[in-house]
Amino acid sequence: MSTATPVRPEAPEPLAPAVRQRRGLPRFGGTAVFAAGLALAAVLTAASGWSWGLFAVLGIVLGCLVTYVVSRVVEGRRKATDRLVTALVSSAFAVAMVPLVSLIYTVVSNGVGRLDGTFFSNSMVGVVGEGGGAYHAIMGTLIITALAAVISVPVGLLAAIYLVEYGKGRLKKVLTFFVDVMTGIPSIVAGLFAYALFAIFFGPGIRFGLGGAVALSVLMIPVVVRSSEEVLKLVPNELREASYALGVSKWRTILKVVVPTAIAGLGTSVTLAIARVIGETAPLLVIVGITAATNFDPFDGRMATLPVYAYYQLTQPGVPPEFGIERAWTAALVLIIIVMALNVVARLISRFFAPKTGR
Amino acid sequence: MTSLDTKPRKADKPARAVRSAGDRTFAGLSTGAGILILVVLAGVAAFLIAESLDAISAPAAEVPGGEGVWSYVGPLVFGTLLAAVIALLVATPLGVAIALFITYYAPKRIAATLGYLIDLLAAIPSVVYGFWGLAALAPSLVPFYAWAERNLGFLPFFAGPASVTGRTMLTAGLVLAIMILPIISAISREVFSQAPALHREAALALGATRWEMIKMAVLPYGKSGVIGGAMLGLGRALGETLAVAIVLSVSGGITFDLISSSNPSTIAANIALQFPESSGLDVSTLIFTGLVLFVITLAVNMLARYVVNRRADFSGAN
Repeated sequence: MSTATPVRPEAPEPLAPAVRQRRGLPRFGGTAVFAAGLALAAVLTAASGWSWGLFAVLGIVLGCLVTYVVSRVVEGRRKATDRLVTALVSSAFAVAMVPLVSLIYTVVSNGVGRLDGTFFSNSMVGVVGEGGGAYHAIMGTLIITALAAVISVPVGLLAAIYLVEYGKGRLKKVLTFFVDVMTGIPSIVAGLFAYALFAIFFGPGIRFGLGGAVALSVLMIPVVVRSSEEVLKLVPNELREASYALGVSKWRTILKVVVPTAIAGLGTSVTLAIARVIGETAPLLVIVGITAATNFDPFDGRMATLPVYAYYQLTQPGVPPEFGIERAWTAALVLIIIVMALNVVARLISRFFAPKTGR
Repeated sequence: MTSLDTKPRKADKPARAVRSAGDRTFAGLSTGAGILILVVLAGVAAFLIAESLDAISAPAAEVPGGEGVWSYVGPLVFGTLLAAVIALLVATPLGVAIALFITYYAPKRIAATLGYLIDLLAAIPSVVYGFWGLAALAPSLVPFYAWAERNLGFLPFFAGPASVTGRTMLTAGLVLAIMILPIISAISREVFSQAPALHREAALALGATRWEMIKMAVLPYGKSGVIGGAMLGLGRALGETLAVAIVLSVSGGITFDLISSSNPSTIAANIALQFPESSGLDVSTLIFTGLVLFVITLAVNMLARYVVNRRADFSGAN
């Protein structure tokens, strides 16, 4: 071994400087080069008449191109490809943010004008043109969604408990698979199902709130099952075993140990499921219809709901149209606020009601 | 001896045989809830079939369009598939790129927040997407459509005449793409983040750049997850109703022209537009189209779940 060292003393010599002096862009060099491409795109866009769309497309293309070329010259092919992909992937995220920002901006700027007391306290009875509100639609949405939750939550939770605690064999496999498949049922098909179901009993042309609740339940149950199942699976098995060891029966173990431990997660999953269906329009359009008056009775007659109200105010705004369209945008804004609020509530539930651990 | 012998047997047998009434009720209730879900799914199919029988058996001339249910539903199926395919072509690469960005490129501290922003896209109701597509997206695409007609008019997709309102098939497809983006990116994110750490670290240790690591260790592992996610997105795009009903300017017929103002409708949008004013055989025909949509989405979703689940079996992550 000792004789081997003096034989090739020069061999590492040419390698070491190559490694040490490997050229590369400085830290944030990639970002800077991309920004240079972006600036070039801005100049070109400004020269041919400014437009945000053209700037975005040109910016991404030129940014990626400049990054690749500079990196290729300075760092070589492999690094250049790496930087190109980084630029592309980051741009993809930025592109996805554009519709979100644009959508929220559009809805807020169009909808904030009618966000007033009248909107929340008046229905559309006798309203032609100015004024009018969505009181009846908001109440209708709350009633129908509450009914849907009353139907879906027990069924969904029990089915989730079955899957986690009792299920075995073929039924469990089949159920898991079809619950997953059911999450993909188009919402309009759920509405048609409710219509077809009740038309058999009450005759064709049936429109009432409970039907809407049934349609929403078809959409809501699989969501509740899926998310509750995930939550129940997280409950440590030691807790169940400890309970059994104390001689507690299975159902009391589930009700007194498993469910209370998972209660925060269950609350979150139910809230998210409500948020998912409260904005559904298509099934309610089919089975609940629309009305101008306030109707608190989901068992009799058409009801107005916020999404359907928004849809009709936009597509059939009346004469003159601008007031109807204003109401439509405000309804859309209220809908977004409700959905976002539910999402926030879901997060708060999981934060504040999470089981206390460690004591 | 005898007492010792018999006691365990006595204690053994009842422990299995006697379940308290509460236990039996609860087990029955939860099993019943599970079976109820399967019954509901079967019920959806059964009631849709029952209500569409009228239209299927009616003489062709009485069905809307005058040529029977199949030629009524044909163009609608075409429109549905066309819009969904556009959405899929746009959303899949974008969704995968976003998933890669969030899992492997974004700083760890803000990655969860960025993921939440993408999920926010899924929370927005479809009717609001319709509003936005009509008021913001469609007008801003009009110049592009005019440009596409002038410069790309030789392609059948851009044959024109370009719509002046922007309410075209391409606009509808883009709105759908944004709506299914969170689904595709959520599932891709999940599978990418499960790619075995040892493979990734091995690739990096051999001197791979980040992209080479992803190409070698992450993408092959996540491939079937991405395919499954894309198909779930496809299922969602096929059934989207209100966004398309509001955005698309409909005239019927079959055309590949994506930028003109005469477009085929989609099944779901057609139901939403026609159903409130229909009665009798028209309703039955619409329910038949709904049945067709149900069968298509069911097939796509089952295939998607099969692909996703098959990966889960092999992944060893669970």
